[in-house]
Amino acid sequence: MIPEPQGDPVKDLILRFVIGGVVVSAFAALGDVLKPKSFAGLFGAAPSIALATLGLTIAANGKMYAATEARSMVAGALVSFLYAFLCSWLMLRRKLKAMPVTISALAIWLVCSISIWFLVLR
Amino acid sequence: MKVSANFSALKKTKWYEYAVRFLLGGSVTVVAGLLAKYYGPVFGGLFLAFPAIFPASATLVDKHEREKKQRAGMKQTARGRQVAGVEAAGAALGSLGLATFAYVIWKLLPVWNVAGVFIVAVAAWLCVSVSLWWLRKKHWRSPSK
Repeated sequence: MIPEPQGDPVKDLILRFVIGGVVVSAFAALGDVLKPKSFAGLFGAAPSIALATLGLTIAANGKMYAATEARSMVAGALVSFLYAFLCSWLMLRRKLKAMPVTISALAIWLVCSISIWFLVLR
Repeated sequence: MKVSANFSALKKTKWYEYAVRFLLGGSVTVVAGLLAKYYGPVFGGLFLAFPAIFPASATLVDKHEREKKQRAGMKQTARGRQVAGVEAAGAALGSLGLATFAYVIWKLLPVWNVAGVFIVAVAAWLCVSVSLWWLRKKHWRSPSK
């Protein structure tokens, strides 16, 4: 059985915000300094949000809750593969600009992930 | 191709670009937590793999590469888009490493100690991501060439 979240929710959210911001920024900075850029791109898909939050989740809700989140994260990561592959193809082959491609493709990520949740995970 | 680090690249990023990344990273982490709280861990877990920072990073790479070429006198250049596209190809491979990370957490967390699971998961993410990158470099030609 999955327990209900414990503790002060506002404090938890502030902590998540700060840790998430720091960890995501650190991985992004790592991607900035590394060459070649295809290698740096690996860090664009680093487990930054998971590393920032899973520890807090385990502390508040237990290991089973975090393992359940990780199961869904597998699906989310596979959809991220499709997202990044599509972005790369659109920029390199279709010669489209980075900003519109990467932002509009987030809608595809959302549709695919929510579809998988609805059809498979829930 | 050898992997190297160029720390002077950090100076090219402006303070507000770091701030945008921090805000995006923090916001997505909070949203993922709220979604898990209100809709349960099965739904919220999806967002642990949300490519939140990628649009900002790709746009930044595009902008910096374009500015570099423009300083060298090239007004119209596809360099920024190409480098962002190559970085996205790397992120696609990294996503498979991310899926491995999540799989290790999912399977081992209920039966192992937390620190051990995190060490194995991060090692699995790095091994899978770097191995796939190396295989791609060795066997496939870049579409930008």
